Amino acid sequence: MTPATKTPDAEQPGAHLRLVSDRAASATPDIKLTGVSKTYRSHDGDVASLRPLDFHINSSEFFVVVGPSGCGKSTLLKMISGLLPPSGGEIFVEGEPVTKPHGNVGIVFQNALLLPWRNILDNVMLPIDMKRLPREKYLPRAMALLKMTGLDGFEKKLPWQLSGGMQQRASICRALVHDPKIMLMDEPFGALDAMTRERMNVELMRIQRETGKTVLLITHSIPEAVFLADRVLVMTERPGSIAAIYDVPLPRPRSLDAMADPVFTELVQRIRRHFFTDSALD
Amino acid sequence: MAELKGRSGVAKALNAAWVRPFLFLIFIVVGWDVAIRLFRIPAYQIPAPADVAMVLWQDWPELLRQAWPTTNATICGFLLSAAFGIPMAMLIAGSKTVESYVYPLLVFSQSVPKIAIAPLFVVWFGFGLIPKVISAFLLGFFPVVVSAVQGFKSVDPDMVDLARAMQGSRFHVFCAVNLPHAMPAIFSGLKVSVTLAVVGAVVGEFVGSNSGLGYVLQRSIGTFDLPTMFAALVVLALLGVLLFWIVDRIERFVIPWHVSQRADIIFAA
Repeated sequence: MTPATKTPDAEQPGAHLRLVSDRAASATPDIKLTGVSKTYRSHDGDVASLRPLDFHINSSEFFVVVGPSGCGKSTLLKMISGLLPPSGGEIFVEGEPVTKPHGNVGIVFQNALLLPWRNILDNVMLPIDMKRLPREKYLPRAMALLKMTGLDGFEKKLPWQLSGGMQQRASICRALVHDPKIMLMDEPFGALDAMTRERMNVELMRIQRETGKTVLLITHSIPEAVFLADRVLVMTERPGSIAAIYDVPLPRPRSLDAMADPVFTELVQRIRRHFFTDSALD
Repeated sequence: MAELKGRSGVAKALNAAWVRPFLFLIFIVVGWDVAIRLFRIPAYQIPAPADVAMVLWQDWPELLRQAWPTTNATICGFLLSAAFGIPMAMLIAGSKTVESYVYPLLVFSQSVPKIAIAPLFVVWFGFGLIPKVISAFLLGFFPVVVSAVQGFKSVDPDMVDLARAMQGSRFHVFCAVNLPHAMPAIFSGLKVSVTLAVVGAVVGEFVGSNSGLGYVLQRSIGTFDLPTMFAALVVLALLGVLLFWIVDRIERFVIPWHVSQRADIIFAA
């Protein structure tokens, strides 16, 4: 990972971390948004959900979006996966404009959303069934993913027989089974207890390193964002827009000890100020 | 009861699920008999259990013969309500337009007492099987639709999005996600429906028929033959229980994964 450009910021002393990443887009960024906005129609007229957004996510980058509730983060994710058309602008995934569900992404939601009537293996194979790909070709891959996430031996279990953390791991396997280049994660560990959550974060980083996937992860938790990300995008209140994009210059691989690093704490503090400008934190 | 306690085999038998309602039934019958003796209720008001049992014992071939047309009409009506109710629920749950047009009318139609319009079916279709089937269908239809609509609508939209994002076609997603998800609700509707279909068939037989348990009921009320009437009621109740049990068995087979069946899975594992 390239070190972040450090420029002293006169207005915010001590914030030596670079505000708004100027990391250039590679020639072919995995995800590219140009002027993407979203407006919902309702009875009281149009409600702006997202103001025009421009950003890109490079290949194999861990990109985290952090923002308050209702800032349109989930809308963003649905638009990138092709489920929801943007009201304006264009989205490119792997260079192709997105107009309909393209299947080049794996999605993980806050809830594991495993189908209760399918066993773990069949749940992981769901994308293969939906895309009507040959099952036998992907079965070894599914088994390998389950092994990688420590779920070997649970293939034949039904979802309710697994703990919340294990269910979410299975849903990560499901997002990866059809080998998409990109993973979209919407508060994937929001429903888990704090301890499981930390463990899952470490695990997710390992999985991302091993598979080289591009990850777009959405979260409420600022420490989680900084811990995981190569870059953090901070969103404003509704209608959502980009408040800042930060580079995270922490070396990889990171362990939980990285959370004690002064760079980490400073960056967390810095991002927090975006949301609590009037609070005692200043 | 006290002398049974010591023997573990009997105690085990007493704990079997099917024995309990049976014991309770015996309790009710005894209470019934005692009440008649105690309050000197005349036989033309409530017959004694022994008299009913006697009719059941003596006339069972005749009762069984009369149960057949009723069963036939019930099953036909029930199958029709499932065959029309489930697709109707799919349409209502799938389209806001269909829902806004059809659903209120459907609810409205339910407040029409079936017994009031049942004679019409006899006028239209004669004294055969058809008016009974229609009557059973009309009673069984509504619970299936209401439950199935509820089932189809309670699918997590994120789950559907997830399947759609994997490029599943509408039909594919429906079969893989929506339909199995709605199954428990559909089955709870079917269970209500099957018992109501029995009532519907009897209503059909009440208004115009020369066979079936409804006809036996009608005739025995006319002649104040209360033991026969109660015997027919017992057979009807048994029919309802049997049909309910069959649907319940099918449910266990179709949705073994559901919360309500989980104890069984652990047993099997």
